[in-house]
Parts: sequence; structure tokens; C-alpha cells
Amino acid sequence: MGQKTPLYDEHVADGGKLVDFAGWDMPINYGSQIEEHNKVRTDAGMFDVSHMTVVDLTGDRTREFLRYLLANNVDRLKESGKALYSCMLNADGGVIDDLIVYFLRDDFFRMVVNAGTRDKDLAWLQEQSAAFDVAVTERSGLAMVAIQGPNARDKTLPLLSDAARAFAGDLKPFFGAFDGDWFIARTGYTGEDGFEIILPADEAAAFWSKLRAAGVWPTGLGARDTLRLEAGMNLYGSDMDETVSPLESALGWTVAWEPADRDFIGRKAIEAQRKAGTQQKLVGLLLVDRGVLRNHQKVVAGDGEGEITSGSFSPTLQRAIAFARVPKETGETCQVDIRGKLLDARVVKPPFVRNGEAQIDL
Amino acid sequence: MSNIPVELKYAKTHEWARMNDDGSVTVGISDSAQDQLGDMVFVEVPEVGQTVDAGEACAVVESVKAASDVYSPVAGEIVEVNDGLADSPETVNQDAYGGGWLFRMKPGSAVDLDAMMDSEAYAGFLEAEDH
Repeated sequence: MGQKTPLYDEHVADGGKLVDFAGWDMPINYGSQIEEHNKVRTDAGMFDVSHMTVVDLTGDRTREFLRYLLANNVDRLKESGKALYSCMLNADGGVIDDLIVYFLRDDFFRMVVNAGTRDKDLAWLQEQSAAFDVAVTERSGLAMVAIQGPNARDKTLPLLSDAARAFAGDLKPFFGAFDGDWFIARTGYTGEDGFEIILPADEAAAFWSKLRAAGVWPTGLGARDTLRLEAGMNLYGSDMDETVSPLESALGWTVAWEPADRDFIGRKAIEAQRKAGTQQKLVGLLLVDRGVLRNHQKVVAGDGEGEITSGSFSPTLQRAIAFARVPKETGETCQVDIRGKLLDARVVKPPFVRNGEAQIDL
Repeated sequence: MSNIPVELKYAKTHEWARMNDDGSVTVGISDSAQDQLGDMVFVEVPEVGQTVDAGEACAVVESVKAASDVYSPVAGEIVEVNDGLADSPETVNQDAYGGGWLFRMKPGSAVDLDAMMDSEAYAGFLEAEDH
């Protein structure tokens, strides 16, 4: 048995199929993954993401620390509540993790990192923060629920406290704010509008029940994966890890090169890589032939070879889609080895789907 | 609980087989198997005329989660395949023992489905696998 989130009993009651995910017993689906996926694209679904790690960083030099720690630049965060997506790199430019960091006050930032990388992330944060006298506090007494879909905000707002309702409806995308112990952010991992809400563990089950009663569908990790893939969002451990840089992971846009004198961990390594040019790139694939793209299938592109890092069937497009790491010369088409047969695929630019609409030509 | 019709035979790899009046054998995957795999999105059936050995992987069912081989429970020649699954693979989820059949085969020699599990044995097998 793995660790249980504060919503474990709700998942059992909702008929969730529980699987091990990074040491946690998590629902992969509650019956039909495709139905759950479609609910998020057309209405509203909710995910228990309490397994993710919330870390509070406090101290006068927190901003300075993050400016050094992250490949993206926290100086982009000027307004309280604003969030930033960034990679945390090692000295070689490899990706230790990808994360979201919220600027709350100059001496208080909140970070959400992946469950599967918790231990090494915390160790890295402790090690790197020492010189800045920043306190790294894991907030383990919290739950986290993501409510996503075109109707997610409308269905969630009436369930919040009066104080939260007063600001939550006006939150701009990629902003969050506190309501007492609750933290409400307009962020997500699906390509749809919605909230991610961090709340005290002992209030999570009641909130989940209210959401369910409001017609928000329990949605498992299976749909979370197909939704984020359609939305063109990387998954740590599949699409990137410590052996590759952001430049080889379609995450160059998250690296803040300016100002040129900002020293951040991994900068030298990826700067050299940028100058020399990367040998491989991460692209989107759309399978032209019938079949399903899967992780680790071999990609044949001209004289070179690559590999699918995330592949699945897209419920929204009704086609097989993937991310693949391929040689930099790869053009507009390639082939994928599926059980010994080479099937044709098109190279496309993610996202595949945003706000319920296809973003690529089929 | 899983639906396990008594008139069918079952394999450890979760195929079901039905002996038809004309001596042919129809094959599909069990209700438990489709439930484990989840929403079907792609089914690859064998070709008519293809001969297969007992235990040979000759079809693939792919759910949104994973691809899974389907093994022929007996040796013989494929005489008919369920083409309709190309456009509606979800039939395997909705009607595993009916419209979700995968292929029909003519066994090579006097076929003996008795080597397969009956419904009671399969129910016990599922229970043991669950623990």
C-alpha cells in the first residue's frame, strides 16, 4: 500500500481505480478515462493532486535565491500572486524538475513541484538555499484539488467563502491568492480554464463532496495525462529529465536569457549548448495511419532515429498524438515503428488542443 | 462483479472462445479484460486466411492506457474478422461477448476447448489474480 491523500476515501467511494503513482495510491480513472477527459474539455472535472509537493520559501533573500535557482526569471513576477513556470536545472543544464512558483511577498514564495521528484527536489532546495539564508518548508498538511474545464470556475465560485468569492472570480490567468489557509490559483495542466486550490487536508473531503454535488466530475490521472498531452504540456520523467536540457525539451521559451548577467544554475552549460546548437529537439507528432502512439516507440526520421517520450490516443482529436525527441534535422514527416511496422506520422507544433478546440490541421 | 457467461471457455490470458455449431470458434476478450484495459481506442484484427498456432499473438486491443496482445486459444485458420471494430473499438467495452468479438477461426484438427477454463474456473482464476 502506498501513501494516501486526504481524498483517498472519496476516490474509493467514487469507484476510482487506484494505482501506484510515485508511491501514492491514486485514481487512474473512475470508470471511463475518455468520458472524464471529455467532461474537462466540455464542462468541468476535478483532480486530486494532493500528492504534489508544496514548498514555502521564506526569508529576505528569497527572490535573490530563486533568481539563482531557476532557469526562468522570477523578476518577471512583479505583482503579488503571479505565477511562473520554470525548470530547475543542475550545473550540467539537465532538468532536475519543472515547477510552478508563486510570488506572494518579497520574503515569501510558494512552489509546487512534482511528487516523483520530491526527495531530490527538497534536498537540492536545502543545499542551494543555505547560502541565501532562505527557509525551505514542505507543507505536508495540505491537499490540492484542480478544477478544470470551461465551466470549472462558474461551478467552483459559489462553493468558496465570501471572502474568496470576492477575489477569485477576478483572478487573472496564472495568478493566485490566499483566503486564510486556502490558496486559490487560476492555473492548471489541461489547456482549459479553471482553478488549482491548495487547502487544509481536513477540509478537502467536504470540498470534494460539494464540487461533486455541483456537477464537477471526478477525473483520474489517466485523463490528466491525455489532457496535458493534448495541451502540449511536458511531463517530467517522460519528456525531460536530468539527461536533457530545456533546449532539447521544447522548453527553451521558459529560459530567461536576459539579463545576460543573471547567473543561474546550469546557465553556462545551456549557453554553450545554445551556441553550439542542440542535436535533438522535442516535437509533436500526429499519426497519419491507424494505430496508437506510445511512449518509447522508435521514430525514424531521414537517416536518424528518435523516440516517443509521451504518446497516446487523443480523445478530442480522435487520433494518435505524441511528443517525440528526434534529430534536429527532422522535417515535416517521419515514421514510427509500431510492432515492427513503420507507420507515417506528421511533425506538428503543439499544443494539439486548447480550450476545447483543435490547434492543428488533421 | 465481472460478467462470465457459462457457455464460453476462457484462457489465462483472458480470451474467451465460443464453439459454434459449424465447428468454428469465435474469440474475443473477457469482460474482466476489457474492464482492466479501459476505454478501447484501436483494435487490430488478424487477416482472413492467416493460419495461427495455439497461443500465438494474432490481434491487438489498444485502450487509451495500453496495447495488449490477444492470443489465439487454438491453432487454425482465421475465417472471419470483426471489421466493424476499426470504426467503433468501444464495442469491445460495451459488449465484450457479443458485438465485441474479434475473430472467428476454423480449428486445424479436432479441436479441444476442454483444455481451457470453464466459467467457474475462470472466476476462481480472476479472484486469485486479484490477490
